[in-house]
Amino acid sequence: MENILEIKNLKVQYNTDEAVVYAVNGLSLELAKGEILGLVGETGAGKTTTALSIMNLLPDAVAEVTGGEIIYNGKNVFGMSKSELRDLRGSEVSMIFQDPMTSLNPVMTVNDQIEEVLKIHNPQMTKAERDKRVADILSLVGIAPERGKSFPHQFSGGMKQRVVIAMALVAEPSLLLADEPTTALDVTIQAQILTLMKELEEKLGTSMIFITHDLGIVAEFCQSVAVIYGGEIIERGTVEQVFACTDNHPYTSSLFQCIPDLETDEARLKPIPGFVLDPRTVPKGCPFADRCEHCTERCRTEKPAVQYVEEGHFIKCHLFEGRRHDV
Amino acid sequence: MLKYALKRILLLIPTVLGITLFIYFIMSLVPGDPAAMLAPQEATAEEIEALRVSMGLDKPMLIQYLRYIWNVLQGDLGVSWFTKKSVAAELVNRLPYTLTLGVMSTLIASIISIPLGTLTAVKHNTLADYVVTFLCLFFSAMPNFWLAILLQINFSLNTGWLPAFGMGTPAHYVMPVIAVCASSIASNTRSTRTWVLDVIRSDYVRTARAKGANEVTVVMKHALRNALLPIITGLGSSFAGVLGGSVVIETVFAIPGVSTYLTTAVGVRDMPIITGCIMVISIFVGIVNLLIDLLYSVIDPRVKYE
Ligand SMILES: Nc1ncnc2c1ncn2[C@@H]1O[C@H](COP(=O)(O)OP(=O)(O)OP(=O)(O)O)[C@@H](O)[C@H]1O
Ligand SMILES: [Mg+2]
Repeated sequence: MENILEIKNLKVQYNTDEAVVYAVNGLSLELAKGEILGLVGETGAGKTTTALSIMNLLPDAVAEVTGGEIIYNGKNVFGMSKSELRDLRGSEVSMIFQDPMTSLNPVMTVNDQIEEVLKIHNPQMTKAERDKRVADILSLVGIAPERGKSFPHQFSGGMKQRVVIAMALVAEPSLLLADEPTTALDVTIQAQILTLMKELEEKLGTSMIFITHDLGIVAEFCQSVAVIYGGEIIERGTVEQVFACTDNHPYTSSLFQCIPDLETDEARLKPIPGFVLDPRTVPKGCPFADRCEHCTERCRTEKPAVQYVEEGHFIKCHLFEGRRHDV
Repeated sequence: MLKYALKRILLLIPTVLGITLFIYFIMSLVPGDPAAMLAPQEATAEEIEALRVSMGLDKPMLIQYLRYIWNVLQGDLGVSWFTKKSVAAELVNRLPYTLTLGVMSTLIASIISIPLGTLTAVKHNTLADYVVTFLCLFFSAMPNFWLAILLQINFSLNTGWLPAFGMGTPAHYVMPVIAVCASSIASNTRSTRTWVLDVIRSDYVRTARAKGANEVTVVMKHALRNALLPIITGLGSSFAGVLGGSVVIETVFAIPGVSTYLTTAVGVRDMPIITGCIMVISIFVGIVNLLIDLLYSVIDPRVKYE
C-alpha cells in the first residue's frame, strides 16, 4: 500500500538554557494511506515532538531538527517553502492539540476560530456555506451550534477539547494527528468523538496518528500500533500482532502488564522498575536497557537493530535477532 | 458598563480627597514657615504671626485641610499666597498646553512604538531587532532636556525651521512633543517587543499557524490583540507622566504649562497652587485609567465590568 507519510531517522533536540534535551532520537515510521496508527509511550517519550515535526511546527526558538527527514506525499516537509507549508497545514495535515486549555485564542469566538480554517483553505466558500459547515461540525462534536458565539473561557475543559477537535476536522484533512484527543472527555462523548473520527476515515480515507496512553482505545480504534520509548519506535505492528502478546519488546510487555486484568484476580498494576529515561543524554545502547529484566552487556553498548518477527511486525531488541518465524 | 463607568467616576472623589490629604500631610512635615517667607524682610515677629493667623496656618493641619476642601466644594480653588492670583483661572490657562503635549506625545508614541515593537518581536534576534534595541536603549538613556537642547540647536538656531520656544502655533509643539515622546517610544517599543514575543510563543498562536494562516494574520489577528492589554497600560502611564512630570521640557521650551506651575509652587510652599495642581492632575490620571480599563473590556472578552 502507498505511504502517505514516511519519517526517516528523525532527530529533534530542544536547546534550553539549562540543558540540551534529546527528545527524538532516530525515529523512523511509515504510515499507509487510510491507516489508523496508535502511538503509545510514556510521558516525555517524544510523541508530541514527533507530531509537531510532521507539520514543521516545532517552536523555532528552542527546537532543532538535527537529522532525518519527513516525507509527506513524496515531499520533505523540512524543505517546503512557507506557502507550501501553509497549504499543508490545516487542510492536508491537521492536529488535535494535547492541551485544549491553552490551544484556543481567548479573544476570538469559537465560531470565528473554526471558520478561520475554512476561510484559509476554501476561499470559494460563501459566508453562509461556512456558517453551515461550522454549525454542522459543532453539533457533530456535541456542542449546540448557538454556543459557537461564545468565547473559549465560557466553555468547560471538555467542551474546549471538542472545539479543538472540531477545528482539526472541519477542513477534512488527509492526515490527522490526534494528540491525546479524548483524555478530558467523559466516556459517552469519547465514544461519540471516536465514532466521528472513524466515519471520517471511512468516508474520506483519512490517515491518522492517534497518540494515547489508553491501550483499550488502541485495541478498539486503531489498526496498528507503534510503541515509542526514548524518542525511538521500539515496536511496530498491527493491533492483532502486538496485542497477541506472543512476541513483544520487553517494554511493551511491561506496558501490557500495567493494564489491570479483569478476568484474573490479579487486578493490580505492576509498575515498571527503574526510572524514566533522562532525556539529557542519549544512551549508547538500547534506551530501555536500565529497566529491562533481560538486559545483557550488549544491550548497554550496542543499539539494537530493527528485527522483523513477522510481516509488518518489528521489534527493536537484541532478543529477537533471527527470530522471524513466518519464513 | 455605563454603571461601572459612573461608579468609577464617583470613586475618583475619595481618591482625590485621599491624595490631597496626603499632600497636606507631607507639606506640613517640610521645615520652614511660609508666612515668614511671604512677609516683607523688615517685618517684626508680631507682624509675621498676624500674617500666619490670617493665612490660617496657626490651625492644626487637619483643620487647614478641611477648610480647603470646604472651599473647593463651593467651587473655590483659592488664590496663590504669593501672587494673589486665582489658581483656577491660572489652571484653565495652563492646562491646555500640558494636555496637548500629553495627548500628542502619547498618540505619536503609540503609533510608532506598537508597530515597531511588534516588528522587532517578529524579527527577534535579527539585525533589525538589534538596531532598534540599540536605538531604544540610546533614547531611553538620553536625558530629555539634552535631546531638547539638541533639537533647538539643529532645528531652530542653525536652520530656523522651527520656533525655539514659546507657544502659539502648531509648529511650536513639534520639538517639545519629540523631546517628550522619545523616551516613551523607546520604553514602549521594548515592552511591546516583550509582550508580543511572549504571546507569539503561546499555544494558541501555534494553533493559528497549524491552521495554515499566513504570518501577517498570525501576528496581527492572533498575537497582537492578546498582547495589547499590557501595552496600553504602559502607554497610559506614559501619559500620566507627562501631566505632572514634564517640567524640564516646559522649562527648556518656555511652555506655560501645569508642570512648571506646580514645581515653582513647591519651591515656595504655595499650598493653594500645589493642591490645586495635584487635584487636577489626579482627576485626569483617574479618567485616563478609567478609559484604559474600558478599553480592556473592548479588547478582551474575559474582562467584564458590571
Ligand atoms: N518546548 C520545549 N522545551 C524544552 N524541552 C521540551 C519542550 N517540549 C518538549 N520538551 C522535552 O522533550 C521531551 C519530549 O517531549 P514530548 O512533549 O514530545 O513528550 P510526549 O511524549 O508528548 O509526552 P506527554 O505524554 O507527557 O505528552 C521531554 O523530555 C520534554 O521535556
Ligand atoms: Mg505530549
